[in-house]
Amino acid sequence: MSTGHLLVVGAGQAGAQVVSSVRELGWDGSITLVGQEPHAPYSRPPLSKAVLRGETTPESLVLRSTAFYRDQHVDLVLDERVTRLELSGEGAGTAVAASGRSWLFDRLVLATGAEPRRLDLEGADLDGVVVLRDLADAEVLARRLDVADLVVVGGGFIGLEVAATAAAAGVRVTVVEAGPSLMGRVVSPVTAELVRAAHQDAGVRVLTGVRPLRFRGERGSVTAVELADGTRLPAGLVLVGVGARPRDDLARGAGLHCDGGVVVDAFSRASDGHTLAVGDCADLPDPTPGSDRRLRLESVDNAVEQAKAAATTLVGDPRPYTGVPWFWSDQGSLKIQIAGLAHPGDEVVLRPGERPGRFTALRYRGDRLTAAECVNAPADFMVVRKALAQGREVSRDAAAIIGVPLKRLVA
Amino acid sequence: MTKENTIVPKVFYTQSDGIERVVEAEAGDSVMQTAVRNGVPGILGQCGGSLSCATCHVFLDERHADDFPPVGEDEDDMLDVAATDREDNSRLSCQLVLAPGQEVHVTIPETQL
Repeated sequence: MSTGHLLVVGAGQAGAQVVSSVRELGWDGSITLVGQEPHAPYSRPPLSKAVLRGETTPESLVLRSTAFYRDQHVDLVLDERVTRLELSGEGAGTAVAASGRSWLFDRLVLATGAEPRRLDLEGADLDGVVVLRDLADAEVLARRLDVADLVVVGGGFIGLEVAATAAAAGVRVTVVEAGPSLMGRVVSPVTAELVRAAHQDAGVRVLTGVRPLRFRGERGSVTAVELADGTRLPAGLVLVGVGARPRDDLARGAGLHCDGGVVVDAFSRASDGHTLAVGDCADLPDPTPGSDRRLRLESVDNAVEQAKAAATTLVGDPRPYTGVPWFWSDQGSLKIQIAGLAHPGDEVVLRPGERPGRFTALRYRGDRLTAAECVNAPADFMVVRKALAQGREVSRDAAAIIGVPLKRLVA
Repeated sequence: MTKENTIVPKVFYTQSDGIERVVEAEAGDSVMQTAVRNGVPGILGQCGGSLSCATCHVFLDERHADDFPPVGEDEDDMLDVAATDREDNSRLSCQLVLAPGQEVHVTIPETQL
């Protein structure tokens, strides 16, 4: 069935893609896209970079024009938070917002995203202890970035992007990471160390293997962060970037199986077999060909590609979601691009670039290439993304010989 | 303001199957942003224009070759190994920023990933 009323809850990258793709595929019923923010779907990656630098306006972040929603007959409803779902079987039901407004639907897609984790520490509610997820957060952060000292809690993508942006603006920045290395969930220790050195060269102080104990303040505003090892870091502003929690409460309340995300199959179908979930809120089968694990993927690539695949399910021509996940993170002078998902134990073949500050860490499981972590090496990133997508090999022995461009090694 | 500055740019997108769509753009937007915002299929622009993804590859009509700044280093590196083979007129459309009144013709390759 590709008629009836489609309701998409969550107006982020994934929600916007679902409505675009499903129209492209011929859904001719009505479509409502409901978002809790006051903005039409927009691009989040610039929030930690261009928006903080004041180089961009909210209008320039929009993912689709006003004319697009009008021409595609998509009813875009903003500033409404759906708080309750009633599913009546076969995928139909009712969604109710906090305002009391409600929508009947024939098909439902949940694209509710994720929300930043916060730290349950003394002083975590002080003014000046902030998170970064949406445009409102970024505007607060940008306004307050004129402090002398910024402490970033969490050495992941968002924390390091903000650290680099702030340091370039002349702020003294300390990054505090509880794990043994930066970006521990996504890159090898080899890459992490080289990235750490680059941040330190840019004037960022990086502390790993240490946790914040409490936030200290005066008159309600943060002034310092105390660490478990006794260190006291002065801080006019603290960014907490310690990961995100999937927003699966709505699905759980409706009786859908959730396990750290809305559990879906390769066709993005939740446990009722009809409701779909896409993007950051979904717990899904790894789309990497040949993989049998489950995971959550918080990335633009996943939001877009899973949403496209989900649209095929909606129009009754279901195609499983497969592909090679990829990510990027611009951290000051570092353009980090990652193709493929390595497992923690995958080995590293490091290929230094022809210039300092450029390198590629290839990840191998046995003789099989699983991923590439590229820093200021966009050509290597492209080569590996393409090779993995086409199921082609890059010989480990050949890759270890530096000086031969990676693109000549794809079998 | 001259008359030309008030004229909206136009982008003519031709799909690999030959179907053309004309989109009225905003000056200062790129050919990529204009495509994505208006739902032109085939230009993904996933990274939003930070030269990180190479999913906005287009073939720029040769008559416009000199209307834009030349291919940059990162753009050059990424185009070399683009999902659809590079041609002489290949560009990443996030780098093609539109001026008032400008008209641009591009062809979209078969695949971006």
